[in-house]
Amino acid sequence: MESMLANFHMQVAAAEIFLVAAICVVLLVDVFVSDRTRWLTYALSLATLVGCAWMTLEYGVDGRVSAFDGMYVADPMGDLLKLFSYATVAVAFLYSRDYLQRRGLFKGEYFILALVALLGIMVMVSAGSLLTVYLGIELLSLALYAMVAFDRDSGVAAESAMKYFVLGAIASGMLLYGFSILYGIAGTLQLDELAVELRGVESHIGLVFALVFIIAGVAFKFGAVPFHMWVPDVYHGSPTPVTLFIGAAPKIASFVLAVRVLAEGLEAMVASWQDMLIVISVLSMAIGNVVAIAQTNLKRMLAYSTISHVGFILLGILAGTNDGYRAAMYYTFAYVIMSVGSFGMILLLAREGFEADRIDDFRGLNRKSPWFAAVMLMLMFSTAGVPPFLGFWAKVEVIAAVLNVGLTWLGAVAVLFSVIGAFYYLRVVKVMYFDEPTDTTEIRAGGTLRAVLSLNGLAVLALGIAPSALIELCARALP
Amino acid sequence: MQFDWPILSVLIWLPIAGGLVTLALGERGIGLGRWVALITTAVTFGISTLLYTNFDTTTAQMQFVETHQWIPAFNAAYALGVDGFAMPLIILTTFVTPLVIIAAWKLIEKKPAQYFASFLILEGMMVGVFASLDALLFYVFWEAMLIPMFIIIGIWGGPRRVYATIKFFLYTFLGSVLMLVSLIYLYLKSCDAGQCSYLIADFHRLPLGLNEQILIFIAFFLAFAVKVPMWPVHTWLPDAHVEAPTGGSVILAAIMLKMGGYGFLRFSLPITPDASAQLDWLVISLSLIAVVYIGYVALVQQDMKKLIAYSSVAHMGFVTLGSFLAFELLRANGDVRGAAMGIDGAMVQMISHGLVSGAMFFCVGVLYDRVHSREIAAYGGVINKMPIFAAFAVLFAMANSGLPATSGFVGEFLVILASFRADFWYAFLAAMTLILGAAYTLWLVKRVIFGAVANENVAALEDVNGREFFVLAVLAVAVLLLGVWPAPLLDVMRPTVENLIQHITVSKL
Repeated sequence: MESMLANFHMQVAAAEIFLVAAICVVLLVDVFVSDRTRWLTYALSLATLVGCAWMTLEYGVDGRVSAFDGMYVADPMGDLLKLFSYATVAVAFLYSRDYLQRRGLFKGEYFILALVALLGIMVMVSAGSLLTVYLGIELLSLALYAMVAFDRDSGVAAESAMKYFVLGAIASGMLLYGFSILYGIAGTLQLDELAVELRGVESHIGLVFALVFIIAGVAFKFGAVPFHMWVPDVYHGSPTPVTLFIGAAPKIASFVLAVRVLAEGLEAMVASWQDMLIVISVLSMAIGNVVAIAQTNLKRMLAYSTISHVGFILLGILAGTNDGYRAAMYYTFAYVIMSVGSFGMILLLAREGFEADRIDDFRGLNRKSPWFAAVMLMLMFSTAGVPPFLGFWAKVEVIAAVLNVGLTWLGAVAVLFSVIGAFYYLRVVKVMYFDEPTDTTEIRAGGTLRAVLSLNGLAVLALGIAPSALIELCARALP
Repeated sequence: MQFDWPILSVLIWLPIAGGLVTLALGERGIGLGRWVALITTAVTFGISTLLYTNFDTTTAQMQFVETHQWIPAFNAAYALGVDGFAMPLIILTTFVTPLVIIAAWKLIEKKPAQYFASFLILEGMMVGVFASLDALLFYVFWEAMLIPMFIIIGIWGGPRRVYATIKFFLYTFLGSVLMLVSLIYLYLKSCDAGQCSYLIADFHRLPLGLNEQILIFIAFFLAFAVKVPMWPVHTWLPDAHVEAPTGGSVILAAIMLKMGGYGFLRFSLPITPDASAQLDWLVISLSLIAVVYIGYVALVQQDMKKLIAYSSVAHMGFVTLGSFLAFELLRANGDVRGAAMGIDGAMVQMISHGLVSGAMFFCVGVLYDRVHSREIAAYGGVINKMPIFAAFAVLFAMANSGLPATSGFVGEFLVILASFRADFWYAFLAAMTLILGAAYTLWLVKRVIFGAVANENVAALEDVNGREFFVLAVLAVAVLLLGVWPAPLLDVMRPTVENLIQHITVSKL
């Protein structure tokens, strides 16, 4: 018995097993607490994340270890991504509490669904086979669909959830179809075996066929053009804490999906998917940046900004080199840190009957709170890719990666689009600093939100002035 | 020369720290904040003079060098140092900033703490631009600098400030991003050559093919030409100048424009010498267009600040002209002395224009604070009410039109001499500035300063107070000193200029 367990390498999935158990506990506890004692669910959810982090650190690996007959893998990249996901989810919880409480949405569902989504991300991160990848995606997606709709009284949210669900299901179907063609050609679902098999196969029309479906699925999950239609509606329609969550953690999953499937499994076809990703990436940067200019709603603007950032993340991936993947990972981290902060700012200003999700709601913030105006200023300039902030280095990394594989023109196109992008970030700074406030209500957010958001803003500055810490971390995970 | 303490780091971070303290004191602690700002900038200037007094004028090597590892993954270093080009510009920066603080002492009503803090942080970043030896560090300062300037124009500017500041930001941002791609390209090239490095000095030594050089040259050219600004990418400048508060206009004209000229000398010429030699006709013609055409444009302006802004474009034309004449002179007859004269002239012109245009903007600021109009037509006969001010204004106007014994003369004269050695027609067109510059500046003086008192606003004017007198007097002394005795400036530059000319005569192909 014991040797069998050892064969399975259970510890590879220790954090996941712990998380499943913890979700069950939180679910049970939540049934018995009243609204007044709901803080227990909140505290337990945070404790779960700490426990997961401890597990991942305790059973961390130095090299690639596979388990469950190759279905599941653990590697340093996976460990880092998981740890970062825990932190992201924890920050999302910390930011969301005030907002949820004030709107009577402080329910167990938010936390439990978020933890299930996290589980989906972790399964994707550790996927060793196409089937595991798919399981992870569905676990994540189903949780997200439910989260979008979890404010039951909101018609817009229900509409967004419907849209997200239908489109997401189609995308999952395409992905699955692509996987099945691959299986038909290669005879295996396991990513490492797939890579070996495909190396022998000369250009095969079925492979390109499969690739197109897979790329379409990946692009949908990323929210890349032309599969981006759901992004603005979902971002706009969801309650802000859910938008914050969707804008952050699933990006890690999308990144890992691309790396596991394209870079590991379909490594032999890099030339084919590079061309496809170039088109998707340029289109995403173009449409994301240009359409964002026309938005008046901050959540929608950030949605289009996400689309353009996805274009940049794809730049790193399409380079098809280890440097490129590292750059894409670094960009993903940077993006998540900035995105969480930007949505956190909306949560900070929101109060009863006031969503603070229009750009005009930030009017004159410098008058009301110079410090948080400065935090938003740093976040916006960072997202625009202006030094000395974190977002600048993310751009430098991905541009260096594409230049390194001889795609200099692509680097030039990318920076030119980032100039267009700068305009709408500047507009947010403009309303905060140059306009007079229209209402003078004080910011009522609690101390935790203020403190974590301040740290978030300072992190963007500190990681911009001394970027080597995060760069080294990525380098160690993807040597 | 080397101190056992990091003088350049102090010059960068002391103002930034002072700015943060001012911010922390907040609007309620502005009484103290003002003094913090003044003392920090004054001390920074004091320290920067040590650069001059301890400068070794016999070498073109970088001096006061500091090197620390910064981002090991890219081999980017926190490397600082100055040579004969950077040192005078750093001192110009530290010299002008305290004057801006003094000039704004109690005039700023909206968020004064943020106003002072923006200028202090900006000062640190500007020193950083001139002191960086690492291209990535340079780029970080170069871009980061836009943020405080964006805020300065946007909060404390005139009625169309939002349009002007966004135009300013996007224009300069658009210009610079392709430079970033070039810098990364050069870095990757240095990796191919075996030693990954972002050091500008390593880029100087990097062999590059002609096509690469031309593309890199164009990318650099966009960045620096926008900043200088050269015709036809100058259109952001009149808007930014007109809308910016006095201090913003002064810093913009006195220092930020110089970064374009500095960039040409530090990046374009030495990194892409062959492309520069190929395309020097482009830069020379654009410079001459700036000198002549923009001179005419300045003539018809109705707004004092706009007039000075256009005159800045025309004067900065001499900087680019002087820098790029070198190739023609060297190609034609190996005229090293002529080439040196051109670059000397460009540098002197930068420093001089920094002082003169800064002073002119201060003068407009003095009038604007009293009458709240920048229209030339709103004034007339100011001399009757403000004799001391009028004396200063006339002096700076003379300097602006390049009268001998003022600093404006030296730079222009050197560049015109150098262009004579290259081509008569260059000199002919460049010398038009002596007529045009005199025409638009003196006509401005005539309409604003001289004549009978034009209206009751002018009749109610009071002469400069002690604070304004101090600022104008300090600048007047500097303008005259540099005009009659430019040798100290030329001496510190000589080895650096000679080294640059020697470097660009060797082809990289």
